[in-house]
Amino acid sequence: MILAVLEAQDGGLKKISYEILAAAAQANEVLHAGGVCALLIGQQAQRSAVGVPAANCDEVLCVEGPAFAAYSPQAFALAVQAAAESTSAQAVVFGATSLGRDLAPRVSVTLAAGLLMDVTEIFAKGGHLAARRPVYAGKVIAEVECLAETSVVAVRPNAFPAAAQEGPPARTRTLTVEVDAKELRAAVREVRRQASGRQELSEADIVVAGGRGLREPANFALVEELADSLGAAVGATRAVVDAGWRPHHEQVGQTGKTVSPGLYIAVGISGAVQHVAGMSSSRTIVAINRDAEAPIFKICDYGVVGDALEISPQLTREIRLLQR
Amino acid sequence: MNVVVLVKQVPDTATRIKVSSGGVEIDPRGVNYVMNPYDEFAVEEALRVKELHGGQVTVLTVGGEKADEALRTALAMGADEAVRVSADAKDPLTTARAIASVVRELGPDLVIAGKQAVDDDQGQVGSLVAALLDWPQVTVVTELELSPEGGVAEREVEGGVEVVEFSLPAVLTAQKGLNEPRYASLPGIMKAKRKEIRQVAVDAAVTGEPVLRTTALHVPEERSAGIILRDMDAAALAKELVRLLHEEAKLI
Ligand SMILES: Cc1cc2nc3c(=O)[nH]c(=O)nc-3n(C[C@H](O)[C@H](O)[C@H](O)COP(=O)(O)OP(=O)(O)OC[C@H]3O[C@@H](n4cnc5c(N)ncnc54)[C@H](O)[C@@H]3O)c2cc1C
Ligand SMILES: Nc1ncnc2c1ncn2[C@@H]1O[C@H](COP(=O)(O)O)[C@@H](O)[C@H]1O
Repeated sequence: MILAVLEAQDGGLKKISYEILAAAAQANEVLHAGGVCALLIGQQAQRSAVGVPAANCDEVLCVEGPAFAAYSPQAFALAVQAAAESTSAQAVVFGATSLGRDLAPRVSVTLAAGLLMDVTEIFAKGGHLAARRPVYAGKVIAEVECLAETSVVAVRPNAFPAAAQEGPPARTRTLTVEVDAKELRAAVREVRRQASGRQELSEADIVVAGGRGLREPANFALVEELADSLGAAVGATRAVVDAGWRPHHEQVGQTGKTVSPGLYIAVGISGAVQHVAGMSSSRTIVAINRDAEAPIFKICDYGVVGDALEISPQLTREIRLLQR
Repeated sequence: MNVVVLVKQVPDTATRIKVSSGGVEIDPRGVNYVMNPYDEFAVEEALRVKELHGGQVTVLTVGGEKADEALRTALAMGADEAVRVSADAKDPLTTARAIASVVRELGPDLVIAGKQAVDDDQGQVGSLVAALLDWPQVTVVTELELSPEGGVAEREVEGGVEVVEFSLPAVLTAQKGLNEPRYASLPGIMKAKRKEIRQVAVDAAVTGEPVLRTTALHVPEERSAGIILRDMDAAALAKELVRLLHEEAKLI
């Protein structure tokens, strides 16, 4: 069996969950593992499970209870372990998200598994699960084979096409996992959400990012307006993050976030290697820069040579016109 | 409060990476090595913990002799002790087992790692060490407040921040934003040069078998330049770009 560890928020499934299901289906196919089981952990597990179509998995295991109301690596690792044991899972699939990246290593230790982290493709090699994963910030692609009996995989957001989201829901099964909340030595006490209302950078289909070419912090409003016209997330270069124009969670690049959206629009960004490292796997890249020699033009699909301060508002206008 | 900081030596982020002829390693020629950027935040945070709560900062690396350079950088920033662990570490798990065995012996209150090494981009070692030691962990930390028994850390998550309460001993991994790493002072650099680096060998029985094997590395084809629009006024450029994205690329 393949165990797919899904992520929910506000009673609904996150987009990454369908990518996890797609990757799990692929792992099932290459390993002939005999099926996919999904796992949902948290107070709203049953409610979120409605979003998992029966076509995607055999059943959804739900772990509920006060110890799982807030995230704790210890408690969640116990839940995944119980589910993996209950389903005799050959592989456990996570998203390479803040949750998956935190939890998967812990789970890999308890399952004596090998962890294939942040993968973009999976396949089998000699009966073992193997994967391709970007290293050196995408400058190199590594092929890595899991040597252990059990594998844990964390899939990069936007790397796997999402599984079907519609259809009659899969059946659910409650899995009881005993955890004493008082025993937990690290647990989330509070979650503070950013109130931007925009898509999250690493999961977004479209990213509009700005750099020092915007000249001053106030002009970043042009990037935000363009992003909002497209329903896109906002990104930034390290230059503007370090200058304090933008929060660091918006930084794209080798020491920021790695994004692979369908469309990346770079506004006033030179295209330094460290920036490109975080966005070069985007499917389509658009660059707006007034210097025709800027390195970003060497990697873009569509380049616009001109003043971003003038072009951005015109772009927003044209897009709004198109949407009427 | 005694802190162990895990540091790794990695190629400078600006380095052009070439794959060696064998195909499973990078060509080290012409590569400039530095301390992993996230480990700089880890070292800085450990120094701040020491300044506030007293104690010692020990930097630890698993690697060959060359990795001493990364340890000296940390010593020059102000770390008290440095340990280089030689072990047959072939993957994140064997590396983490070697680290965990030495950490057990050192018995610190806190271990701080970087959130990710910018060479293998695994982001595993911190959490693996925590799991092996059966300690709590908080990863991608951007804010930290400690008391003698525990602390509160903020970690970056999609669309927000999680505030995590944890007890000591614990493992934390540092994210950009946690602090502004200090530069080594000239006297610091001079002092670091003379400091002894303790060497510890961890044998194969402790590191165990690797669970991962890299079977190939390849450099992806560079993206080729596409259509460039120019020599029009802003309105015409915008109109043409939107037309291309809508009609040709079908993205908007
Ligand atoms: C260890 C390390 C890690 C790093 N990590 C990252 C990272 O994660 N992410 C990252 O982004 N960077 C990173 N950097 C920094 C990187 O090297 C660059 O300095 C940075 O990406 C440059 O940002 P920028 O493109 O905004 O600024 P610049 O390089 O200054 O480019 C500004 C561009 O705007 C153009 N421009 C100016 N005015 C206009 C206008 N009116 N209209 C249109 N275009 C205009 C200019 O022609 C220029 O090309 C890292 C560096 C190091 C050493
Ligand atoms: N060989 C090593 N020696 C010491 N620390 C390491 C080593 N490898 C990884 N680390 C630590 O673990 C963090 C994450 O590394 P990784 O899991 O390889 O991405 C790094 O930022 C270091 O703090």
